[in-house]
Amino acid sequence: MVDVGTIAELVASGEAAILSEWIDLQKKVGTLQTGRITENELVAQSREFLHRLRDGLARGGSDSSDAAYGPARQMLADLSRSRALQGFSPTETATFIFSLKQPLFNVLNRNAALSPVQAADLTWAVTLLLDELGLFTLEIFQKSREEVIVRQQREIAELSTPVVKLWDGILALPLIGTLDSQRTQVVMENLLQTVVDVEAEIAIIDITGVPTVDTLTAQHLLKTVAAARLMGADCIISGIRPQIAQTMVHLGVELNVVSKATLADAFAMALERTGRAVTKRKAAAAAAKGKPIAGKVE
Amino acid sequence: MDRIPILKFGNALLVTIQVDMHDRLATALEEDLTAKIVAYGARGVLIDISALEIVDSFIGRMLDNIAAVSRILDADTVVVGMRPAVAITLVELGLSLTGVKTALNVERGMALIQARLQTSESEDADVED
Repeated sequence: MVDVGTIAELVASGEAAILSEWIDLQKKVGTLQTGRITENELVAQSREFLHRLRDGLARGGSDSSDAAYGPARQMLADLSRSRALQGFSPTETATFIFSLKQPLFNVLNRNAALSPVQAADLTWAVTLLLDELGLFTLEIFQKSREEVIVRQQREIAELSTPVVKLWDGILALPLIGTLDSQRTQVVMENLLQTVVDVEAEIAIIDITGVPTVDTLTAQHLLKTVAAARLMGADCIISGIRPQIAQTMVHLGVELNVVSKATLADAFAMALERTGRAVTKRKAAAAAAKGKPIAGKVE
Repeated sequence: MDRIPILKFGNALLVTIQVDMHDRLATALEEDLTAKIVAYGARGVLIDISALEIVDSFIGRMLDNIAAVSRILDADTVVVGMRPAVAITLVELGLSLTGVKTALNVERGMALIQARLQTSESEDADVED
């Protein structure tokens, strides 16, 4: 077992040299050029990490999962998370830790008190340690990116399923994007809750924005329609594009619900069912032309 | 054993389920309701399930059964006030209650039954003419 405590002492004594060499290396790979981080920040981060790493080396031995490395790992986690959000590339993020290797090796090699065998052993221990920390950094980086993606997916799902009230008792549900089972669930919940809230009688599901309708999508649509019917609301499906209608027939998909070509047709039907109608104000318009009333725009 | 009260309302029957349904209660309701439809000559059955939070496949089938029985006895069944979560559950269970009429609340359900009664009365009148 190598005593990595020696490295801790070397790091402590040669801190300034290590730090400047490390920062130079980081600059060389272009960490600063992207403008996402200032030199001061980089120096502060590097110095802080070196301190924490030294503490870890002094007390935790060569095992990077030791509790003594906790502060160092914590800092790496924060750093890679913030870099992931700032848009750093994985290479740029990993370079932070991997570029520390060379300065540390140089310190070990330059030290005359160490025998070549000792120096080699220590170098190996440092390599392993930094590799582990580097992998840890990348893992956190990856995880942060995934979190961002998951959050965006959720936001898209929320955004793309609005329920619009068209008239008293008439709702419209313009669907945009592919309907998978997870989204169907969200759509259904939104729709049913709104049906209760506004006491809707008719819901128009507009699928103009749905790129493809296969058997699975049709099944999801039918589920939504069935659930709305159980709540006492009738559904009309509108916005089936010509190609989609053809594809549906070719696939043998059957939607046994009332469907209309456009949202306008569906709305007209919904108005009719609720005992309303849209009429042109012919009489009023004619009257307005004959006797223009002051202050009214014709 | 508890029983769910069945109220007579004109020529319709009104059932409000306000407790958690367990299987025996559901079977009892089905029996009682059948008997009452015959006894009162009811033409409509309105079941309010707005207080029902949990519905399983058995209760779902019971609703379907009640509708089927009522239809044989010439009465319309309207289920009203289903909660969104319950509706989703039933659909996921594959029970879309095709034989049952639905409405959002008791008021609309009653309007549905009255409308049906009026049309059948006018049909009867036509026959008499």
